[in-house]
Amino acid sequence: MSKDREFLWRRLHSLLGVIPVGLFLVFHLSLNFTAVGGEQAYNDATGVMELVPHSLLLLIEWVVIYIPLLFHAFYGVYIAFTATPNTGRFSTYRNWMFSLQRFTGVFLVIFIAWHIFQTRIQKALGTDVNFNMMEEIVANPFMLGFYIVGILSATFHLTNGLWAFLVSWGITQSPQSQKIATYVTNILFVILSVVGVAAILAFV
Amino acid sequence: MIAANTGRMVKVEILRQDTTSGNGYWQKFEVPYRHGMNVISILMEIQKNPVTENGEKTTPVAWDMNCLEEVCGACSMVINGRPRQSCSTLVDQLTEPIKLEPMKTFPVIRDLQVDRERMFNALKKVKAWVPIDGTYDLGEGPRMPEGKRQWAYELSKCMTCGVCMEACPNVSEKASFIGPAPLSQVRLFNTHPTGAMIKDERLNAIMGDGGLANCGNSQNCVAACPKGIPLTTSIASLNRATTVQMFRNFFGSDHFVD
Repeated sequence: MSKDREFLWRRLHSLLGVIPVGLFLVFHLSLNFTAVGGEQAYNDATGVMELVPHSLLLLIEWVVIYIPLLFHAFYGVYIAFTATPNTGRFSTYRNWMFSLQRFTGVFLVIFIAWHIFQTRIQKALGTDVNFNMMEEIVANPFMLGFYIVGILSATFHLTNGLWAFLVSWGITQSPQSQKIATYVTNILFVILSVVGVAAILAFV
Repeated sequence: MIAANTGRMVKVEILRQDTTSGNGYWQKFEVPYRHGMNVISILMEIQKNPVTENGEKTTPVAWDMNCLEEVCGACSMVINGRPRQSCSTLVDQLTEPIKLEPMKTFPVIRDLQVDRERMFNALKKVKAWVPIDGTYDLGEGPRMPEGKRQWAYELSKCMTCGVCMEACPNVSEKASFIGPAPLSQVRLFNTHPTGAMIKDERLNAIMGDGGLANCGNSQNCVAACPKGIPLTTSIASLNRATTVQMFRNFFGSDHFVD
């Protein structure tokens, strides 16, 4: 990395976490939520994706998901491991959020790598991605637990990251505005978590 | 000082270190209690009689101090796990045994003495001063509104004590972050009407490596600051200023200081 580029890398990391990675997560969890309506509803909703020409879909996947996500993940791991968490000495709410943001971030690198291997790469190898596939995956109670923790980590990391995004770009400055942003992002966390967990439980 | 000997002994444990590169080791002491004692008076008692709890003779404990009224910032150390000034920390408000450690986010010189040079280097890097030296008389500067002066006075209370640096999880030997105190000084000097004449230089300085963007928003600094300086508000305000500066730099704006 060239000299004095750290500011731009950090800002890019913050931006990409929200747009497009965060927006994609909201879209992804919403699409999953159709599983609550049953097997047919889910297969119909995900089937719409098949209507997009394959080459265009691949392009969108790389530009909107893989490249931003890879940068966010690897730069994020670097950020996480240059921190020295000290919640033992400073057990304030924000300091816990600081540590959890880094902990969930590192966990999500593992979870998402596994998740992509188990679904997207299997699809590329010729397996059908549909309701049955997820049903088989979460039939294993260990996998179900792993997915629930993964979903909650993702919704936390996004909503808490959104709070940090608002500070990092200078949108929320005063303690009061940051407190209001805490409430709003916490409500968002609950909504996204309910959507995400309800979706995965629909496959059980 | 007139002090009655109450017979009570204060238990103290100190993390000592003989040389800069040496290993730390704990030593226990017992010091006769006096009414109104602060942590420095404990260290002075140990200096008078450097004998451990077990009666073994040892070297006096080294520490830094200067003003003794919480304005110089020299006597910061970690007291019962929290970084704070040893002059304004009273024994009556502490649980025993009182544990004293150096602020290890800085290089330890000896015992409780640390080298805060990185903070002073950071102040130089961000030009934390009002430039008034020229080859000609610059005359009077613009007036500062009184309300703004009162508000800026709060930021000027920073004594470079290092407590915020010790509290910050992103300031350490493995990271290059300059820390909260020098950042807040950028806001202070960019607020001053004459200081603001080079505000783009300060913003560009904190947009370098190890600068503003390395803040992780744990907000420990504002919780730990002994002077109650709104450090996280300063950082968020600078985040907005650097967002604008980033676009100005990128598009080559000629509005660099206004």
